[in-house]
Amino acid sequence: MKSEVTPKVIKTVPREKAFYFFTSIGNYTGESSSSLKEFMEKINEVNVKSLEFHLYRGDFEKWIAEVLEDKELAEEIRKLQKFNLVGDTLRKQLYTIILGHLKYLTR
Amino acid sequence: MKLKNNALDVTDYKILAALQEDSRQTYTAIGKHLGIAHSTVYDRIKRMEQNGIIKKYTALIDTEKAGAKNIIAMVTIYTDPKESEKVAEALASAPQVLEVYMSLSEELQIIAKVTAESQESLHTFIANLVAPLPGVLRIRTSILTRKFKETQFSIVNNSKKLRFIKATHNRMVEDKP
Repeated sequence: MKSEVTPKVIKTVPREKAFYFFTSIGNYTGESSSSLKEFMEKINEVNVKSLEFHLYRGDFEKWIAEVLEDKELAEEIRKLQKFNLVGDTLRKQLYTIILGHLKYLTR
Repeated sequence: MKLKNNALDVTDYKILAALQEDSRQTYTAIGKHLGIAHSTVYDRIKRMEQNGIIKKYTALIDTEKAGAKNIIAMVTIYTDPKESEKVAEALASAPQVLEVYMSLSEELQIIAKVTAESQESLHTFIANLVAPLPGVLRIRTSILTRKFKETQFSIVNNSKKLRFIKATHNRMVEDKP
């Protein structure tokens, strides 16, 4: 069942609210995403170090919950932290979760 | 010696170097050290104050001893040349940014010296206020751990001639007397 509050799944947020991919403190990759769809595409493209950096700091779940207002997906991503995934395994898992969620929301 | 506009001669630079070493020393002490009359030191300092060459006298604070735990980072921002001026201006207006320079190498870069309370607040500043600026292509950050030297300008002495390297507001220039 869909949640009562529709997440900003289709919406594009302004650039100041976009997600900016970093590989470590202060090191910006030049990649950003302004929507969930774009975020999913970037998951496949960015340096995997960036995925590890943001996942274990809780940045992904924070942005998805606070900016995209999608608490459900934020929780799914938060749970991923306990598996200690790294590298391409993490990339594939993140992509699969977001793709599944997008299909669920747009069915 | 009459100098055009704000042009400085060797004696002026030597006085400036003496003031940078200790701005509280007397005109007499500076004159004695440089082998010139204290009245000459007085006249030249007044002229440099009036011309804005000496902007102000300030205290150099050892922030560590004062208990401040702030970190300092050198942040290199690679930019689209069309937007670089605006990026530099935006950085210059942020209180966290201590210095901003533009550098022309293979790519246009803006280099900023940034202070923050912690690594986390440094990251928040860069992620929320610098990365979103239009024209920012990517950012590299180095957190500084130890200071070996800090000075605004220096007089470089070699056997044949004195050379002056000074920092101005907008650019680094090298003069020969």
